[in-house]
Amino acid sequence: MSTTAVAASSMAPAPPRAVSTIVAVNTFREAVRDRVLYNLIFFALVMIGAAILVGQISIGIERLVIVNLGLSAISIFGLIMAIFIGVGLVYKEIERRTLYTLLAKPVHRWEFLVGKYAGLLLTLVVNTAFMMLGLAAALWYVAGTFQRSDVTILVAVYFILLELALVTALGLFFSCFSSPMLSTLFTLGIYVTGIFCAEIKAFGELSKNPAMEAVTKVIYYLVPNFHNFNAIAAAAYGDPISLTLVWQNTAYAALYVTLILLAAAAVFSNRNLK
Amino acid sequence: MNSSGHKRLVWAFIVAAPVIFVALAALQARIDEHTRSFARSKEELVLRSGAALKKASLGYDALMADIYWTRAVQYFGARSTKRDEQMGLLDPLLDITTTLDPRLVVAYRFGAIFLSEPAPIGAGRPDLGVKLVKKGIAANPNEWQLYSDLAFIYYWHLDDSPNAAATYLAGSKIPNAPEYLGIMAARVSQSGGEIETSLMIWRQIYHSTKNARMQQEAEQQIAGLTAAHDEQILNKLSDDYHRRFGRYPASSQDLVDARILPGIPADPAGLPYVFGSDGKAKLNPSSPVVIPAPKKLLGR
Amino acid sequence: MSTPAIEIQGLTKDYPVGFWRKRMRRSLDGLSLEVHDNEIFGFLGPNGAGKTTTLKLLMGLIFPTAGTARVRGRSIDDVAMHREIGYLPEQPYFYDYLTARELLDYCSRFFGFSSQDRRTRIDRFLELVGLVSAADIQLRKFSKGMLQRVGIAQAIIHDPQVVFLDEPMSGLDPVGRREVRDVIFDLKRQGRTVFFSTHILSDAESLCDRVAVLHQGKLQGTGAPGDIVSMETHGMEVLFELRAGAAPPAKLANRAKQTGRRYRLDVPETDLYAALEELKACDARILSVTPLRPSLEDYFFKLVGGEKKPSHALEVAQQ
Repeated sequence: MSTTAVAASSMAPAPPRAVSTIVAVNTFREAVRDRVLYNLIFFALVMIGAAILVGQISIGIERLVIVNLGLSAISIFGLIMAIFIGVGLVYKEIERRTLYTLLAKPVHRWEFLVGKYAGLLLTLVVNTAFMMLGLAAALWYVAGTFQRSDVTILVAVYFILLELALVTALGLFFSCFSSPMLSTLFTLGIYVTGIFCAEIKAFGELSKNPAMEAVTKVIYYLVPNFHNFNAIAAAAYGDPISLTLVWQNTAYAALYVTLILLAAAAVFSNRNLK
Repeated sequence: MNSSGHKRLVWAFIVAAPVIFVALAALQARIDEHTRSFARSKEELVLRSGAALKKASLGYDALMADIYWTRAVQYFGARSTKRDEQMGLLDPLLDITTTLDPRLVVAYRFGAIFLSEPAPIGAGRPDLGVKLVKKGIAANPNEWQLYSDLAFIYYWHLDDSPNAAATYLAGSKIPNAPEYLGIMAARVSQSGGEIETSLMIWRQIYHSTKNARMQQEAEQQIAGLTAAHDEQILNKLSDDYHRRFGRYPASSQDLVDARILPGIPADPAGLPYVFGSDGKAKLNPSSPVVIPAPKKLLGR
Repeated sequence: MSTPAIEIQGLTKDYPVGFWRKRMRRSLDGLSLEVHDNEIFGFLGPNGAGKTTTLKLLMGLIFPTAGTARVRGRSIDDVAMHREIGYLPEQPYFYDYLTARELLDYCSRFFGFSSQDRRTRIDRFLELVGLVSAADIQLRKFSKGMLQRVGIAQAIIHDPQVVFLDEPMSGLDPVGRREVRDVIFDLKRQGRTVFFSTHILSDAESLCDRVAVLHQGKLQGTGAPGDIVSMETHGMEVLFELRAGAAPPAKLANRAKQTGRRYRLDVPETDLYAALEELKACDARILSVTPLRPSLEDYFFKLVGGEKKPSHALEVAQQ
């Protein structure tokens, strides 16, 4: 064996971006090997079943049903994946102590977090992309043709991805300090609140109680407004969605995700691992 | 990465959070503007079937009903000034609400008024109103108020006195139903006195609800009916004047001078009535009061 | 003297315990020591002494309540320090869905090697730890010993200057342990520093240039293994057999212990020749004369001796 005692100090440092990428790719690989993507089979079955059923009945709204069902399924499957894998992202690594050898390497804790996040997001994107193909196939089967207005379906899927990006970030954040069960509760709680925050605000306004109005308004602007990302009906009816809204939603999601990841990094940087 | 790294991150968060939240709020406001015209109601009504939604809400029917009811009120509040043909979605919203919670009586009552009311105030579909209230009666057979509301639609919007009378009669048979129903059964069968009858109905509606919008509508109708009633009386006095003086009064002052009236009558908004050249009393042009126009009143 | 490989000063760690997490338990108390460049340093102590706590502090997995430490002149706060160190934790666990090859590839990526370089290293280190045949098997199928080996490989695959091993021999059969010892010696030959914690004292004695002994969070002593134990008194042990039917000489009778036909006699060095004369007189057969150098083990037991209970409580609380 040659003496390479000086080799260590003369190595070029791996740039920080690369560290997160390394972690992200590995996280993706883990999801694949954990057979997470098998959920696509269920999705395919659902879409096939729906397409056949709807094709038989021929009630004139085949497109509507397929698009509604398909997009709802994409959203639900994606949510389940985002939450259940998300809340374990950091927790599992601490529990199983795989984090020990990782952090002994030249890796910042925040780089690790970003990498785990990106890895799960990548998994979700791939998963969703396959689902979208399935949806397209089912749509082709029942409707026989695509229309220009079907572009809205793509936008709706993109919005679902934005939503998943936010949910994943939340799951990751809680994963930094809380058990999977609690994290799931918290994440789901915030998600449901975010879906209904417009109603909550309306309740507050209807109550005519200034304190309630103020509180519900604060909740509205504080909690991530997940209802922004629901374009399923628009896709079903083929309503066009303006590019401005796409930018706005993207900016909204990006800003919020940044904030959550920052909070996660702050919390995790101080955590004593068991 | 302990003390220094951690502190830096905490400070970064403390600085970034308010900035980001403000940006998010600004974005949210813009997004909200966007989605107002974004057929938002459509996206909620994807599942138009109330029964399907009931199953989907996994037992939280009442909560979902409340949410839909809130949306209906909100939606209605947003739409009534916009004159959208999408007013047609009020019925599905109310239908879903009442399927999720068949005992939400206020929803039936709301629909009775605003589904039947012609545009721009309502959807202009009294037939849908009838359908909804009948659904309410089926689910709440002891709710005499619903009979009253159904009879109101027949009488006021559909000009169908026989059905109105029959409904009032059926409602009067419910235990604890007030005498009002029996009285109304008799009144709507008569011809003549339609304005008083209508006033009674709307006053009953006004007193029987806490819903602000319904009360507001009732107030306006009562004001209009009162004005119609006043016009009737004034027209008679005007004819008296014509018989005595060979011409019609130019204004109410003439009637006061002739000792036919003790003072200048004002409409419910406080403005004096004016007289046309044909001697018919009319509302002051600057009065906000509006006389409702169902057929039965046209002969005033 | 060049920069010490490891410099620890006043390192202290408190854990909150109790239901309300109000009370503090000090698991490491003001540890100060230096590890010189290119030495094999043993970190000894019974379970719960604070050895793993120290290592976790050095690795940045937990944060000190007080004190500092430097490795190769860099503070343990500095992530860049990790470029020059390798770490094998106690009972290591790795991503079980990866194969050995994939794990080593993953680990080596963090150091910026080219893919060619990585491949060479992976092959070399797989061979070094004897896992070539198992290279493409998923880690979830590995035995404890195999995991230990892959753990060592990932700790040194980037040729770190300082290697930290927490109980490196655990889970290995005698052959494996011999191999690990060879690796450690080899690392030293390459000019590196090895810091390992263990409670197997014979390994410490035979491997280490210097050791430190930790007990209940406090440093008990540092020095060469021989130095530590030389604090004890010496003596001589004589093993002998007697002729059939004979009895031990009167003067020695009460000090000789008998096991079967063999007798054992401990005498102070000064009395050795006198005792031998006695035995010569009764025609005893001398089997061996050995200097009684107490081992590290004796030192240990003396240290830990009457304090079994608190030490156990320590272990439990630290979970």
